[in-house]
Amino acid sequence: MGNLDALTSEAALTALRGSLVLSGSTALIGAVLGALLAYLIVSMPPHSLVRRATMAVSGVLAQFGGVVLAFAWIATIGPVGVLTAAVSDLLGADLYGNGWLFGLPGLVVVYSYFQVPLMVIVFAPAFDGLRPQWREAAVNLGASTWSYWRHVALPLLTPAFLGALLLLFANAFAAYATAAVLVSQGQPIVPLMIRQAITSEVLLGQANVGFALALEMIVVVTVVMVGYNLLLRRTSRWMR
Amino acid sequence: MTQSRGFKVFRAVGLLVFAAYFFVPLLAMLDFSTQVRGSAPGRTWGNWAFMVTDEDLRSSIVASLLLALFTVVLMVALLVPTMVWVRLRVPRARGLIEFLCLLPLTIPALVIVVGITNVYSWVTYLLGDSALVLTFAYVVLVLPYSYRAIDAALSAIDAATLSEAARSLGAGWFTVIVRIIMPNITSGILGAAFIAVALVLGEYVFASLLHFDTLPVAMAALYKSNGPAAMAAALASMILVAVLLVGLTFLSRDRHKQGASS
Amino acid sequence: MTDPSTERGLAVDLVDLTRVYGQVRALDGLTLHIEPGELIALLGPSGCGKTTALRILAGLDTATAGTVSVGGRDLTRVPANKRDMGMVFQAYSLFPHMTVIDNVAFGLKLRGKDGSSRRRRAGDVLDLVGLGEHADRFAHQLSGGQQQRVALARALAIEPSVLLLDEPLSALDAKVRVQLRDEIRRVQIEVGTTTVFVTHDQEEALAVADRVGVMNAGRLEQLAPPAELYSAPASRFVGEFVGLSNRLPADVRDGVAAVLGREVPVLPGSTDGRGHALVRPESVSVVKDADGGATVATVMFLGPLSRVTCTLSDGTDVVAQLASSDALRLEPGDAVRLEVAPSPVLVVA
Repeated sequence: MGNLDALTSEAALTALRGSLVLSGSTALIGAVLGALLAYLIVSMPPHSLVRRATMAVSGVLAQFGGVVLAFAWIATIGPVGVLTAAVSDLLGADLYGNGWLFGLPGLVVVYSYFQVPLMVIVFAPAFDGLRPQWREAAVNLGASTWSYWRHVALPLLTPAFLGALLLLFANAFAAYATAAVLVSQGQPIVPLMIRQAITSEVLLGQANVGFALALEMIVVVTVVMVGYNLLLRRTSRWMR
Repeated sequence: MTQSRGFKVFRAVGLLVFAAYFFVPLLAMLDFSTQVRGSAPGRTWGNWAFMVTDEDLRSSIVASLLLALFTVVLMVALLVPTMVWVRLRVPRARGLIEFLCLLPLTIPALVIVVGITNVYSWVTYLLGDSALVLTFAYVVLVLPYSYRAIDAALSAIDAATLSEAARSLGAGWFTVIVRIIMPNITSGILGAAFIAVALVLGEYVFASLLHFDTLPVAMAALYKSNGPAAMAAALASMILVAVLLVGLTFLSRDRHKQGASS
Repeated sequence: MTDPSTERGLAVDLVDLTRVYGQVRALDGLTLHIEPGELIALLGPSGCGKTTALRILAGLDTATAGTVSVGGRDLTRVPANKRDMGMVFQAYSLFPHMTVIDNVAFGLKLRGKDGSSRRRRAGDVLDLVGLGEHADRFAHQLSGGQQQRVALARALAIEPSVLLLDEPLSALDAKVRVQLRDEIRRVQIEVGTTTVFVTHDQEEALAVADRVGVMNAGRLEQLAPPAELYSAPASRFVGEFVGLSNRLPADVRDGVAAVLGREVPVLPGSTDGRGHALVRPESVSVVKDADGGATVATVMFLGPLSRVTCTLSDGTDVVAQLASSDALRLEPGDAVRLEVAPSPVLVVA
């Protein structure tokens, strides 16, 4: 059980904090922007080309393999990235700076890139669960558009929203590949600490640290997924 | 409920922003991948050709494609008969199978790798160290997604009624599964296969930490020595995955038409 | 229980209502006047426009042409949430995240009534529909019939000028349907609200309504009290849609039709000369007669009544409805004489 002490070391706690910040912030950004985008998409007729194309694109983006995602962002805002060059030419500003892309702030930006489409995919169906009869009944009883949203639609969507938020959190927390490609120095998040633990050939006994960290990951992810499932049940009870 | 003009404008702007968000990084990759090395001016497709000319990269591409193929075959052979059988004959086991198949979703791949590093060294000892050994691990990883695709297809066709009708006309169980059920869930099987391929082609966690040379691992390594070529390979794999996933949405649209009769 | 003031019942006027979708004329010049406090049933097959008319009246759909007025006030341009009408939908309209009493009080909340008076009023209306003890339950805990009663209470809680029911019983079991339709009628009479009830079930329409409007392909075929609709149909569609009808060969001269050897008066709208008379099964009597000119084909026992199908010498099938005690004496193959009751008939081509 001495391995569990490894979890309380300063490096481990920093990594845990980093992971929580990364997952929390990208989940929030992804959830809010994604919900907005999902609303825009769902407001279009079900067979419109734009709607289907956008949903298909979101499906692709949400499945973005870690390596490709990292490359895409290096190509965009990396040291010789397209956007970096454009911003420096047009505004004279240095977008790349001291290489923030390859640290925690960079991870936040890059993770948000796939969190938003993931939110669209997970949350858009919730809008379909809003039966038109509810809106018509509300309107018939005197509700304005705002009243309908405030008293009926938003309360009904909240469990699905929170559930999706948790799913996004778990997704970011467990992600490895993109961070592994972008970050080569330091272990700002737990998965990268695990990488160091199990690939290190210099320090013996590190493998056990890896196990302890993996256990920590399971605990966090399980707690989040249990919360997600509870919210899912609430949603499906209301919107059968 | 009609939508106001202001809303439509806002929506168009929002979708345009999303489109930019999607395309800019891809265009950036395209730009990168066609640059000439050594910051010389001009464009070249040489970096793309690298995928064919460079031996290491080529072998990793072949390895990944073969891995995808084997994973799909093993997944279909395992999953389809089991799911059909459970649905038709052992309905009570359905909850258990569903739980098992969705379990890999809740356990991060990284954690699984940490747990099986020891196991895998034993597996490679037995079966050799070609990347194809990853097949077993990958089948487990794609289970949740493939399960959902096939389950949705089975639900849409009311497999129980079809099989009862076939059995009452004299069909044996093998005939029922192969000639009655499977032809009707092709779109679901294809969907499961497409997702499996997409996942395998992008999988990095297992491959890199268990030291196998698949395409994503090779790309990451290549970046250090030849950035543009790595970009080309990445973009190519992304396009392939995109084509598969878009094909998937068209498949599920057809399935909705089929299932509508029930 | 609030006293139903005479304000509750307002007259409703639909004038020349038309609704066109591309090539389809869902409504084609519908004109309808509803007396205050009256319950009108709109009856017809799917696609006849009855639901479209209701939704336009509610403001959930806009007419291509024509006007909607309630109590003399033109509501055609008034948005749905300002029309002061209560609507009961076919199914699934209760807000799932609110308790029964919150559902019922929702309209009152929107009108700014304070908490305690809302609860009181909602409680009263729930008692009216017999669900007082279920106030704190949720929709998914109630049966289909109970949910529809809550929906009715919710629509009535706001004391609407018009009550609209869009096939409220279609999603329910047969037995519940009959119970609930009597409930709805009882409540409607007690509260006195002008009501429009849309249904495709003719028995339902005939049972609850003061007058029934039969619709077909966007037009109103006939608007009349149930008995008149049944015994004096204004058109072939009404005669054949409402109740069963035999089509018997008939010859019309000077307003009198010769049917099965008997002379009967004709209803307005009948054709002249050769045609077919629409005769109800209960208007046909069957008597054993060796020279009757007809033969019994089948005898179907339905409980207190039986249906006897006979074939005429020219091959026409005639369905007669008799008391089972009379039908018992008949057997397939018997020679019989068919007689038509002397009530007026509609003769069509």
